[in-house]
Formats: sequence, structure tokens, C-alpha cells
Amino acid sequence: MPSTIIACQDCDLLHRPRQLRDGQRAMCSRCGAVLYRRKRNSLDYTVVFSLSALIFFLMANVFPFMTFKYEGRVQESVLFSGVKELFVQDLWAVAILVLIVSVVFPLLKITGMLYVLLPLKVNRRPWKASNIFRMVEALHPWAMVDVYMLGVIVAMVKLSDFATIVPGAALYSFAALLIFMAAAGATLDPHDVWERLEVVERV
Amino acid sequence: MKNMRAFQVSLVNCTTCFQVSRIEPMLKNRNAFCPRCGAELCRRKPNSLARTWALVIAASILYIPANVYPIMTVISFGKGEPDTILSGVQSLMASGMWPLAVLVFFASIAVPLIKLFGLTLLLISVQYQWQWRPRQRTILYRITEAVGRWSMIDIFMISILVALVRLEAIATIEPGVGATSFAAVVVLTMFAAMSFDPRLIWDALEKRHA
Ligand SMILES: [Zn+2]
Ligand SMILES: [Zn+2]
Repeated sequence: MPSTIIACQDCDLLHRPRQLRDGQRAMCSRCGAVLYRRKRNSLDYTVVFSLSALIFFLMANVFPFMTFKYEGRVQESVLFSGVKELFVQDLWAVAILVLIVSVVFPLLKITGMLYVLLPLKVNRRPWKASNIFRMVEALHPWAMVDVYMLGVIVAMVKLSDFATIVPGAALYSFAALLIFMAAAGATLDPHDVWERLEVVERV
Repeated sequence: MKNMRAFQVSLVNCTTCFQVSRIEPMLKNRNAFCPRCGAELCRRKPNSLARTWALVIAASILYIPANVYPIMTVISFGKGEPDTILSGVQSLMASGMWPLAVLVFFASIAVPLIKLFGLTLLLISVQYQWQWRPRQRTILYRITEAVGRWSMIDIFMISILVALVRLEAIATIEPGVGATSFAAVVVLTMFAAMSFDPRLIWDALEKRHA
């Protein structure tokens, strides 16, 4: 539960926090924004889901992503091929954007989260913890694993008319990565993390 | 404390860690930092209106090339067929893939327009200190902020297609310049939504009453 007083992010109205039961959430009485939630064993779940996400992230970047079959010709691609091909075709700005939001930021988000949360599990505060956790929170809209997955589905359906697409191990890993990242995001309680960071600092 | 807002009692809400701190009025022009997380404390997002306007205008200008130029060209047996954002949706509809056509229409056409018009409406409403439906306008802001990233579907689709379809003489897919403009529109509107401060909607209510 947040400490003494909180202000709504969206309309600045002050609220006195109440003790919530697990799964409950407090909403702003004026604009309806969610003020804070209470989640059960939030830290444990987020750590486990982030670790799983990290494993699937590595698998998604190593194994073949998709295989394209057309009249006896076979073309295999990995997750990184799209970025490489955009570079080759001179769309370097788009290539960099795709690389950042589909690979770099998801990795930064997962590792940053683990860097802060794993030591917190044993009541330790890692070096530069608040800066790193601030970065993790800021990356939220820019780590686009979920959007990328929809792009994959649209691309597959578009090609299904005239060619055979065989999903590779990396594509299944990517789907798992998406699920575990979403689960980690859903179980994360940022209020709880900030309060823990404050407490362990004092020790 | 009933119905008091943070800024009325010299309090400031940290947008990063949600800690409410006291801000000394005399320190108004100096930078203050959150005691808990170290983020810079601002009563409101800095130059929110000017920044958001600049980003919205830039995105609106780029919206034109993003829709006029092809985002990719499918070349099969030497013949090229350019695809724009709109023709991509049309071809999905023509081949009867309705759920997907609706999805792509929503992500690539509806979302950018909702964001550009929504943010423009919010900016005008704050500038002219409208008293009209602040709660609904705050909800409009939250929608604008949440849906923006989904417009990237088309960009990702292109990156996947150009990597997969590379059969020199038979079929290749080349990305087009429209893709760069469209990606820029998505990124600029995301930044625009982030730089808008929804608390300004509520500030206008008090200004009128005062
Ligand atoms: Zn509120
Ligand atoms: Zn803070």
C-alpha cells in the first residue's frame, strides 16, 4: 500500500490510500484512473516470469524463425533477417527502429527488471537501482514484442495464398516470450518495488 | 484534503515512483528531484502544450507521404506491384480475410487518425480552457496513449516479408519510402501523447472558477 498520501497521475487529485485486499484496485474518484493495485506475491511472480522470458528471448534469437517454401525453393529466415534486409534495401531508419523496439528494448526491459528484482528478493539494493528501474518503467510502451507478433501473423496470412510458411522454433519461442513478458508486466507492482527500494536503502 | 489537488497545497507527484513530495515555492525556478527515486520533479510536464503541438503538426505533415507513397512493392516475375497503407487493407478485404482486414484497418488507418484528431482536440480544449466533460477528455487521452504502439503492425509486417520473400527472379518484396514516413508518424504521435499532460485538462477548471 502506498505510504501516506498519493496524487492521481491524470488529474492531480489527492487521495488517502486505503488498505486493499489481494486483487483489488483503487481508482481516482474524479477521473477514474487506476491509482494502485494490490497483487499477491507480486515480486515472486514477476521474477519467475521475467526469467522465463529471458530464456525464450535467447531462443527466439538463435533458432530459425520462419521458412518460406515456394515451388521447390526454400528460404529460411531468423528474427534478425528483417532488420538486415531493411538495411540492405537502404531503409536504415526503419531498420534501426525495428531492431530497437523488437530486440534491444525487450532485452533491456527483461534484464533491467531482473537486475532490480532479484537482489530485492534477498533484501539488497543493486547499484543504481532507481535509475535502472526508472528505465524499465519508461521502456514499457517501446518494447513491442506483442505488436511484432501481430505483424508476424499478418505477414503469414498475406503469404499463405501463394506459398507455404513453416513456423520455426524461434517463432514458438517468440510467442512464449510475449506471454511471459505480458505476465511479468501484469504481476509487477511498481508501488511495491519503489517502497522496497526505499526500505532496503535504509538498512 | 477533500477534493484538493496536489499543486494547490505545494505538493508535487513524482511521475516515476508516485511519491508525493513537498515543493518549496521559493525553489520554483530551480530543479527539484524526487527524494525516493531521483527523477526530476515537475508540477506539470515541461512545455507540454508547445511540445505536443510541434509533434502533432510534424506527424500530420508526414501522414501525407506515409499514405501516398508505397510502403512496399511486391515484384513477381519482373512485374512490380506497389502497395500503400490503404491498398494493403483493400487487398486483405478483397481476399476475404475480414478479421485481419479489420485489424490492419484499425491499427494502420484508424489509430493514427484517432491520435492526430484526439490530441488536436485535447490541445485546443486545454488552450481555450474548456469546461466540457473533463472526465471524458481524460479517458480520450488514456485511449490515445494506449493504442499508439499498435500502429507498428504494418512496419513489422514489412520487415518480415522482405526477409522471407527473396527469390530473385520469381518473387521479391522491396520496402518503400512510405514505410519510413509511416514509422515516423507512429513514433512522433507516441512522443506527442507522452508529452501531453492530462492534468492540464483539470487545471483549466480551477482557472475559470478562480
Ligand atoms: Zn484522477
Ligand atoms: Zn520519484
